[in-house]
Amino acid sequence: MAAIFQGVGAAAALSSLPSNSFDSKNFLFSPRRSFSVRKAPSFVVVRSDGTMNLDLNPKGRRAQQFIANAVTTKEDSSAASSFSKPGNELLLFEALREGLEEEMERDPRVCVMGEDVGHYGGSYKVTKGLAKKFGDLRVLDTPIAENSFTGMGIGAAMTGLRPVVEGMNMGFLLLAFNQISNNCGMLHYTSGGQFTIPIVIRGPGGVGRQLGAEHSQRLESYFQSIPGIQMVACSTPYNAKGLMKAAIRSENPVILFEHVLLYNLKERIPDEDYICNLEEAEMVRPGEHVTILTYSRMRYHVMQAAKTLVNKGYDPEVIDIRSLKPFDLYTIGNSVKKTHRVLIVEECMRTGGIGASLTAAITENFHDYLDAPIICLSSQDVPTPYAGTLEEWTVVQPAQIVAAVEQLCQ
Amino acid sequence: MANWLRISSRTVANHIKKRMNKGFMGGAVHVNQSSGLWWGLNRGGPVSDRNGRHIDPLAWNRATFLCVQRFKSTLAEKQHDSFLSSDSDDDNQSVDFPGGKVSYTSEMSFISESSQTRVPCYRVLDDDGDLISDCDFQQVSKEVAVRMYSNMVTLQIMDNIFYEAQRQGRISFYLTSAGEEAISIASAAALSEQDIILPQYREPGVLLWRGFTLQEFADQCFGNKADYGKGRQMPIHYGSKKHNFFTISSPIATQLPQAAGIAYSLKMDNKKACVVSYIGDGGTSEGDFHSGLNFAAVMEAPVIFFCRNNGWAISTNVSEQFRSDGIVVKGRAYGIRSIRVDGNDALAVYSAVSAAREMAINEQRPILIEALTYRVGHHSTSDDSTKYRQLDEIVYWKKARNPVNRFRNWVQNIGWWSEQQETQLRNSVRKQLLEAIQVAEKTEKPPLSELFTDVYDHPPSNLEEQEKHLRETVTRHPKDYPSDISV
Repeated sequence: MAAIFQGVGAAAALSSLPSNSFDSKNFLFSPRRSFSVRKAPSFVVVRSDGTMNLDLNPKGRRAQQFIANAVTTKEDSSAASSFSKPGNELLLFEALREGLEEEMERDPRVCVMGEDVGHYGGSYKVTKGLAKKFGDLRVLDTPIAENSFTGMGIGAAMTGLRPVVEGMNMGFLLLAFNQISNNCGMLHYTSGGQFTIPIVIRGPGGVGRQLGAEHSQRLESYFQSIPGIQMVACSTPYNAKGLMKAAIRSENPVILFEHVLLYNLKERIPDEDYICNLEEAEMVRPGEHVTILTYSRMRYHVMQAAKTLVNKGYDPEVIDIRSLKPFDLYTIGNSVKKTHRVLIVEECMRTGGIGASLTAAITENFHDYLDAPIICLSSQDVPTPYAGTLEEWTVVQPAQIVAAVEQLCQ
Repeated sequence: MANWLRISSRTVANHIKKRMNKGFMGGAVHVNQSSGLWWGLNRGGPVSDRNGRHIDPLAWNRATFLCVQRFKSTLAEKQHDSFLSSDSDDDNQSVDFPGGKVSYTSEMSFISESSQTRVPCYRVLDDDGDLISDCDFQQVSKEVAVRMYSNMVTLQIMDNIFYEAQRQGRISFYLTSAGEEAISIASAAALSEQDIILPQYREPGVLLWRGFTLQEFADQCFGNKADYGKGRQMPIHYGSKKHNFFTISSPIATQLPQAAGIAYSLKMDNKKACVVSYIGDGGTSEGDFHSGLNFAAVMEAPVIFFCRNNGWAISTNVSEQFRSDGIVVKGRAYGIRSIRVDGNDALAVYSAVSAAREMAINEQRPILIEALTYRVGHHSTSDDSTKYRQLDEIVYWKKARNPVNRFRNWVQNIGWWSEQQETQLRNSVRKQLLEAIQVAEKTEKPPLSELFTDVYDHPPSNLEEQEKHLRETVTRHPKDYPSDISV
C-alpha cells in the first residue's frame, strides 16, 4: 500500500512551504515554522493566550496552526535561543514539576494522585512542594493499589477534574492495565461521547541502573495497542515541561513516559509559557545520509553515536519521535524521503515493541522510498538482569548504533 | 503521608484513659472540631460514647462515630503533629503504634472468624407487606410510594418483554433484574438527581426512576442511531450523562475505585451530593472492591457502596464466593459504617439509603449497604440457571418473597393503589414497550463514521486513513456488507 495517507496531505503541505525550508540550516533555527504548515493534528491545540483551539478541520486551519505553534519559538533543544528571554536552567524532574505546577495554577481542576506524591514529594521529586502549595486533597496520597487509584483518576476525570496519576514506576501500572485499557481508553467511545477522560498517567520507566527486572520495564510496548489513548515520551527538560502541559490540557487520556535515568538532565528552558505538540516528533539533528528514529533515553545513545559517525564522515538525521501513539509519520516520512535509510533505536524489546510497530508503519507507508531494509535496534527479549554488565548488554549501546549505520549506508 | 495520631483535647484524653484501664480500647469518640482525635479500635465489646451511654454499634446514631479527620480543606496543609502523644502521664499499659494507642493483654485470644450470630437484617415490611410495628423508617408520601410502585411494575414488565425479545432473536442479549426491583427503584427514590450513579449492570431501575424512557432503553438494546452510546456497547449497558448515570462497563467492580474518584471530585467542588456505586455479591471478590472501599474510607469520600447480595454469581453460590458473614461485615475492615437491609423490602431500602446518603454527605464518609435479595431470573439470556440450582428455590423466591407483590400489598392496604390501577398500568406499559421495540427495531443503525468517532476527541490521521480505507472496501464490495447501514 502506497503512502495513502501522507502522500496527499504532505504534497500539498510541502508545496506551500518556502523552498528552502528543508535546508538543514533553517531547520536548526526554525523547525517550528516548518512543522506548523503540516497537516493539522486532530487534537486540541493550545494558543499562547491559553484558549483552546478546538476547530481542527485539517484543511482549513493552516493560519490558525501558525498562530498556535508560535507559542514559543523554540529553535532547537540544545541551542540557546537568541529570540526568547534568558530562561532558567533546571533539571528534567524540575521541568516536569514546573509544568505541572503551572497547569495546576492555571486550572483549578488539575489534581495529582499517586503513592507518596504528597508531602514526600514523589519518589523522583516531581511533585515536591505541590502538596504544600495546593493542599493535600489536590495532591493526593493514595493507598497502594494502582488499579484503584487509576480507576479513581478515571472516575474523577469523568466528572470534570483533570487528574494527573503518577505511577511510582511504570512497571507498577501493569496492575492498572484493566482500568487503563477497559475504561480509560474505552469509556469515551462506549458512552457515545458523553463522558470524556482527560487524564494524564505518568511515571518513570525504562532500564535504570541495576533496578532489576520488575523495575526496568518498557510499558509503552504493552500499552501501544489500547485504542483511545495517546502516548508520549519526554527526553529533555524542554520537552518534558512542554509535553506535561500539553498532556494535561488534552481532552484525551495521555500516558507520559519518563525515564528513570533522565531525571537529572540539565537544560536551560524559556521563561515564557509554551507547550509541545503531543503528536509531533522532534528533529534533534538534521542530516542527509540516514534517518535514525529514537525516543527517550536512547536519544542520548544515538547522539553519542552521531558524534562518532560525524567523525567518520556520515551525516545522520536524528529524530526523537516523542509521540509513541500516534506516530508522527509526517516528520518521519519527510525524513525517509530524504535519506532513504532508516535505523530505529529503542529500549523496548524486540518482540512487540515500539520499534516493531514503527518498522511496520514505515514499511507500509514509505516502502517505495527505502533503499535498504529498516534496521531496528532493540533490547533482547529477556527480563532485564540486575548485574551491571548484563544490564549494559541488554541495552543498545552507541557502538552498535555506529555499526548499524555503517551497515545501512554500504 | 501518615497522620498517625493527633493530640486531642484534655477531656477526651482522660476519657480514653478511663476506657483503657478497663482493658478494652477506644470506643466511639465525639469529634473535636479544632483538633484531631483518637483512632480507636473497637474490639467488639460494648461501646459507649463520651457520656458513658451504651450504644448499639449497629444503629446509625449520628452523635457517635469514629473518624480521623484528614482533609480540613483544599488549602495548604497545616503542620503535622508528631505522632507521640504529649500526655506525659499516660497509662503505661498501652503503647503508641502507628494508627493509635493499642493496649496490651496477656490473654492470648484470637478474634473469632465469625460472630455467634449473623448481622441482623433491617426490614420494615413483613413478608406479606404489612408494616412491622415500632419500626424505624423514613415515611414516604403517597406520590413517592405510587411512583415507586409503578416503576417497579414497569421494570418488571420491561424485563419480561425485553427478555422475550432476545429469545425471539430481536436483540442479541438481555439481563433481567427479576427479584431485585425494590433495590434499584427504592434506592434511586431515596437519592437526589445530583447524586452520581455508577452501576454494575443489574440496576436499570435506577435509570428508569430518573426518567429514562422506554424508548431510550429500547434504543440502547437495539444499538440504533438514537442510542446515546451510539451502538457501541452490548444491550443493557446503559449510560446517560444527563441522568448522572455513568456508562456501564462490563468488567466487574471497576466502577468501585471510580466511585471513589468521583466522590473525590465532589469533595473538591464541595458539592452536596454523593456517589452511589452498585456491586453484586460476586463482585466483592474482585480486587477493586477491596481497594475501592479502602480508598473511599481513607479519603473520607461520600460514596454509598450498595452491594446486591442476591445469592448467585452466575453459577457460583455465595458459599463458594466468600466465607464471611456476607458483605456487611467487611465494611468494618475498612473503617466503613455498614448496614444489612432486606433488599426485597422497598421501604427498608428507601430508609436505609436515605440515611446513608445523609451520613455520606454531611459526615463525608463512605457507607456500605448490603441488601439481601435473590436473583430470580437467570444471570442473563446466556444462562440457564436451572442447571445449577433447584427450580423450587427459584419459584419460592419468585412467588413468596416477591418484592413487587410485597410492596403492592402495602400501597393497596393504605388505599393508595387499586386493582384497577394495576391492570391499567400493566396494560399501558406493555403497550408502550411493544411500540418502543417496534420503533427501535425500525430505527437505522449508526452510520459507518461512528465507528471512528469518540475514540479520541478528534480523529487522528491514522483513524481517518483507516476510515477511508474501510469506505473504499465497502464501496468496492457492497455485497459483502449490510446494505441497510449508511456508509
